[in-house]
Amino acid sequence: MSAPASSTELHRLTAHEAQELLSNREVSARELTQASLDRIAAVDEQIGAYLTVVEEHALAQADAADERIGRGDGGPLTGIPVAVKDNMCTVGIRTTCGSRMLEQFVPPYNAHVIERLNDAGAVLLGKTNMDEFAMGSSVEHSAFHPTHNPWSLDRVPGGSSGGSAAAVAADEAIVALGSDTGGSVRQPAAHCGVVGFKPTYGRVSRYGLVAFASSLDQIGPLTKDVRDCALLMNAISGQDPRDATSAPIEVPDFTAALTGEVQGLRVGVVSEYVPGDLDPAMRGVAEAAVKQFEELGATVEWGVSLPSTEYALACYYIIAPSEASANLARYDGVKYGYSYTEGESMWENMDKTRQFGFGDEVKRRIMIGTYALSSGYYDAYYLKALQVRTLIRREFEEAFERFDVLLGLVAPTPAFRLGEKLDDPYQMYLSDIFTLPQPIAGIPSISVPAGFVEGPAGERLPVGLQLMGRPFDEAMLLRAADAYERATSWREQRPEW
Amino acid sequence: MSLTREEVLHIAHLAHLGLSEDEVPKFQEQLSGILDHFEALRALDTEGVPPTSHPLPLESVMREDEAAPSLPVEDVLANAPNAEDGLFRVRAVLE
Repeated sequence: MSAPASSTELHRLTAHEAQELLSNREVSARELTQASLDRIAAVDEQIGAYLTVVEEHALAQADAADERIGRGDGGPLTGIPVAVKDNMCTVGIRTTCGSRMLEQFVPPYNAHVIERLNDAGAVLLGKTNMDEFAMGSSVEHSAFHPTHNPWSLDRVPGGSSGGSAAAVAADEAIVALGSDTGGSVRQPAAHCGVVGFKPTYGRVSRYGLVAFASSLDQIGPLTKDVRDCALLMNAISGQDPRDATSAPIEVPDFTAALTGEVQGLRVGVVSEYVPGDLDPAMRGVAEAAVKQFEELGATVEWGVSLPSTEYALACYYIIAPSEASANLARYDGVKYGYSYTEGESMWENMDKTRQFGFGDEVKRRIMIGTYALSSGYYDAYYLKALQVRTLIRREFEEAFERFDVLLGLVAPTPAFRLGEKLDDPYQMYLSDIFTLPQPIAGIPSISVPAGFVEGPAGERLPVGLQLMGRPFDEAMLLRAADAYERATSWREQRPEW
Repeated sequence: MSLTREEVLHIAHLAHLGLSEDEVPKFQEQLSGILDHFEALRALDTEGVPPTSHPLPLESVMREDEAAPSLPVEDVLANAPNAEDGLFRVRAVLE
């Protein structure tokens, strides 16, 4: 690998490329971090990926990383600049969750994943923009400002981890973390042309992740390539006693799976994720990806049907808001966060704290969830959704008896325009239609860049290929995604910034 | 599925969510629209299907009940809108 011509290009590196330069002492962690910070200063006014940039903190961590590398004690992520979605707690660094409610909240403890990044010697650049409490598909529900898609500034980056996706796409971070409840890592990754991974539910501890829907939420990487994704997975995976739902299952070295070999891999193309009414250009991307897998020696079968997919949207939008309505009950203006104090009584203060602290989408979901769990409606909505959840899970289990990997698109369209779906909540929900079933079933799923479609103004808009796997078989997905990435040139194509 | 104005106010009350006069008709319309789409589930026969509340086959996870240090009180109260003598201060619940 050739070294970059000048330090101004360091921000464009992947983590594994940067790590090679760091361990050879060709570049210092401080130089690399400064390059990323300079990049943020140069472009983030237009992109809006970050809510908070912690320059001093980052440079101090970079110096510590340089010292560690000097001692010969560096690892794959030592000195690597990372962006983190603003719903993961960071000691001493405000964690807003994209909400007025937590605008001033400074956590007294680190999330598990932050501890893991610190242990690895990674450098935190800042906290990224997101839809409020991770509820949204476009970052337009951030209480602070929109984030623009680096491929086309008048389009959304996807959401809710759109700040992390845009940061990686615009080279404002080497790698990033997001969280995925119904597609919130994979859909923005697809829209921004980067790799996004939702691990199996239970693979990564949720300790210190601000809770949205606890039976669905999972933290995952957003990266420039699959190898970086595997490196981050190595760092953040594994059981944590502070999250009772983190699974007591051994974590393999995910980079060992990146053999480039998919000969004989059994791939099923899910009809519901490449539907007949899809835009022909989007369909063309899926067909080309399938052809690529066939050329690589995989055995691909079209026409695999998961008929309960059509019910996933209703199932998700009952379960996730129900859990959210319980989780968000904690925002009462007493312990932390925004607090209205001018009322006549404690109850009035609490009602108004929540009225003024939450945005519209959060209010909608709290009310949907409260309704679905309320007396007289529980069986018809919540219980019914949990039964549908079983059907969706069973269909995946049956499909994985015949296939190693299931394939489809991440989203039915490329990134939409800012404002386009803001007034119609249901249209916004539909943009997640292919990424809801996987968290419902708890299975891992990756979004990998698979090409482009042309927008009406001739703009190139990235499209993501979705690969889904068996629970805790992330290695299989990473292997398939890596082999596909190596065989294509999408990874080299970057937005012009 | 059409929610009445009273139902919207009732839900908001259950959730301790204050609503402005403008928000009531707006949410009434939007929530009714969303609930309409949930009606699709009724078409699905789920008789005898056990509910999945959680995707992992984990039963109640137990651990040793051992005392360990907690966060310092001052750190916990640092974000409190109103704290006094190591406690959160709230308005009287019963006046």
